[in-house]
Amino acid sequence: MKLLFERSRPGRCESIIPPCDVEQAQFSPSLLRAAAPRLPEIAEVDLGRHYTELASQTHGVNKGFYPLGSCTMKYNPRVNEEMAALPGFTDIHPLQPAETAQGCLEVLYETERLLCEITGMDGMTMQPAAGAHGEYTGLLLIRRYHLSRGDTARTKIIVPDSAHGTNPASATMAGFTVVSVPSNAEGGVDIEALRKAVGPDTAGLMLTNPNTVGLFDPAILDITRIVHEAGGLCYYDGANLNAVMGHARPGDMGFDCVHLNLHKTFSTPHGGGGPGCGPAGCKAFLEPFLPGPRVRKEESRFTFFQPEKSMGRVRSFCGNFLVAVKALTYILTLGREGIPEASAMAVLNANYLMKKLAGHYDMAYDTLCMHEFVMSLEKQKNELGVSAMDVAKSLLDYGIHPPTMYFPLIVHEALMVEPTETESPETLDDAAEAFLSILEQARTDAAHLHGAPHHCPIGRPDEVRAARTPVLRYDFGQK
Amino acid sequence: MGSYIPATGEERKAMLAALGLSSTEELFQVVPEQARVHELNLPEGLSEMEVARKVSGLAERNVRFRSVFRGAGAYRHHIPAIVKTVTSREEFVTAYTPYQAEISQGILQSIFEYQTQICELTGMDVSNASVYDGAVAAAEGCLMCMERRRNGVILAGTADPQVREVVETYCESRGVPVTVLPVSDGATSTDDLRAALSEGTACVYVQSPNYYGVLEDMDALVAAAHEAGARVVMGANPISLGLLKTPGEYGADIAVGEGQPLGMPLGFGGPYLGFMACRKELMRRLPGRIVGETVDGEGRRAFVLTLQAREQHIRREKASSNICSNEALCAMTASVYLAAVGPQGLRRVAENSAAHAHYLAGKLASVPGFALRHKGREFFHEFLTDCPVDPDMLCSRLAERGILGGLPVEGGLLWCCTELCTRNDMDELVTAIREVCAQ
Repeated sequence: MKLLFERSRPGRCESIIPPCDVEQAQFSPSLLRAAAPRLPEIAEVDLGRHYTELASQTHGVNKGFYPLGSCTMKYNPRVNEEMAALPGFTDIHPLQPAETAQGCLEVLYETERLLCEITGMDGMTMQPAAGAHGEYTGLLLIRRYHLSRGDTARTKIIVPDSAHGTNPASATMAGFTVVSVPSNAEGGVDIEALRKAVGPDTAGLMLTNPNTVGLFDPAILDITRIVHEAGGLCYYDGANLNAVMGHARPGDMGFDCVHLNLHKTFSTPHGGGGPGCGPAGCKAFLEPFLPGPRVRKEESRFTFFQPEKSMGRVRSFCGNFLVAVKALTYILTLGREGIPEASAMAVLNANYLMKKLAGHYDMAYDTLCMHEFVMSLEKQKNELGVSAMDVAKSLLDYGIHPPTMYFPLIVHEALMVEPTETESPETLDDAAEAFLSILEQARTDAAHLHGAPHHCPIGRPDEVRAARTPVLRYDFGQK
Repeated sequence: MGSYIPATGEERKAMLAALGLSSTEELFQVVPEQARVHELNLPEGLSEMEVARKVSGLAERNVRFRSVFRGAGAYRHHIPAIVKTVTSREEFVTAYTPYQAEISQGILQSIFEYQTQICELTGMDVSNASVYDGAVAAAEGCLMCMERRRNGVILAGTADPQVREVVETYCESRGVPVTVLPVSDGATSTDDLRAALSEGTACVYVQSPNYYGVLEDMDALVAAAHEAGARVVMGANPISLGLLKTPGEYGADIAVGEGQPLGMPLGFGGPYLGFMACRKELMRRLPGRIVGETVDGEGRRAFVLTLQAREQHIRREKASSNICSNEALCAMTASVYLAAVGPQGLRRVAENSAAHAHYLAGKLASVPGFALRHKGREFFHEFLTDCPVDPDMLCSRLAERGILGGLPVEGGLLWCCTELCTRNDMDELVTAIREVCAQ
């Protein structure tokens, strides 16, 4: 379809901004741009149609099943959106006096308090704007803690080889070097390897639990104890909290700090790649290092305060505030009973779907899973020449967003499936049928799968060409 | 209590039975008892009606101002109706990052269009798909400039204090030394910059219009930095670029800024949008997602996430940044905004904002004690004045009249005007100030 710029016609007027009601400001000519930016000039009717067409070429979770592993694509409730769009939130300036923004401060305070209860933490900052940003903040807590004790030798962060790529990348940004520890045959942390890895240079461990293969590490208490005994701290990557919220808390597993993805676990939408919100929480002994300002309650008033040994800001203002409004609405809706019920059903749905596929597809681990499971297409790849990619692309023709592909790296030809609790048994049954039909077709007509998808706006794009000869902006016809 | 789970009690039993289980509790047997929690101390869940009432009540506890004369990093502009309707479409709102290009062309094309518009605004060659906000964009921009023997950052003291603080946080953890330049009459002195530059300087970060609204002497600053072999990261207000010289025209290497003025509400600070663009030679150092154009097997135009060899999911600890989720829907918001107002509309927003600020500065100068602090400096839509009374007291008196006054800064007030501050609003403000000061 056409680009905005290809729809543009010079002189199409807009009537959005009125003429100026005072005298124009005069700037030195040397301060003015030479030519206007080539922004599109489009009538509103055509602009609307442009985006309607783009929307028709976009798959969201409110359009269809989205079992994208580790991304927790649960239903995004409408009421959350309605609350976050209230002018009483959207029209509030972040620097207006706290006494005129008591509702906003209460949102921050309450969200923090509820999330602390769910995670077993004591304090939290809402500044991080996404999961990786929360990881970075959590790691800075660890860094500041060791430095505050004069312990400058702790420069290493231990990360399992099954970890999401943001973990090692965040550790580097926080000034650490990364030590990778292998996983054991059951998908958990190799305890002996961990024992060997820890030492006086260990700043901490980053762990996702349940981990990226969808398994709760039964040795979790030993793992956190080993790190603590070596003088390190334990960081909980909350990407998979949706499996255990209300049943187990990172704080009780021995973790000292966490980040959460409100855009996964707490039902806020992902917007095609953000805005998210990645609050970072910690135990009381790390609270003085949190970014400021934070909110506290004095009798019935809410005020800002600066933590005494703050690491400094990681973002302007108080983070993606309106996302916090959505998460708060969600937590208040589910409440004490609904939070554990959501995770229980997330786990039940995953096991139900896994059971339907097991025996046809090879499961990476032959055991009950948590909120997601990983299949390996290695056998089909070897025997039929059908890859995880082929299966994923074939699912597109069924209106299903494919599972996460080729991750975690420790499973070959991986497909990681996370149905979430908001899908009905019929949706899971239909998805299972689609998976099984594709497998059947792999035996009878593999070529069809290699050519998939067949019914999408485009076929498989040439990614090599995109990377080798980058075209990253429209050229206005001036090649 | 509210719930978004479709499965009925009977269905749950049947699903459990299919697994040979009798209760969901059995699914958590792997969790050691010491790590189990059996009841959370949370309030009971609420129906939609109840929760809407409760959360609306919180919104009602905030004060909405009729007139806003405060900016300092968050700007209240008119948001065209089409911006809100397009960006609330559920297909866009409820999609994940566009990993599967075949069913994500809508999101991918919108990012490609956004990248093009940011390049046009900034005069740069390449834009990424966004980062978290303007402050993080500045920090990531500085980190892009690191070389083996050049790893120092010089920060203009006139930059927004929150931006400075975030840059300092990011640099501290990477062991990057930061030098902050003194403020010289609301601007950055080229002599001060020359004195601070060394063979170890990787880059200089300057924001123009700066925190005080002043337009920096970018030509001289860029020349000084480049003479010393350092790169320039320039922060800019995107609205100002509808009118004012671009970072590209000044010769900056990287352009960054806060995209919030492009169609995002104040929202008590977020979600906002960090934009980042650079010259072609720095393309592979850009952090975050980038969308590129290619073709599918039938030669049809297609858009994909590209240059992923920079990114964390491929490079892990060697990635150019840890960023994964960014602010895609905010980038789309900016893109729809720029398309809705067009080049003339954007220029008019910039002109009207500047005209209003200059009108107000002139009016205030006639009130005793409200002299402009940086006379002789050209400014865009913000300016600092003295304040003859306690600035906080003045602001609370103004608040009683539905006016959010300037931000108390350095004993004075930092004022901001946008196109929304009409002549009537400004006259009313000045009358109110006269009355308060006379009391």
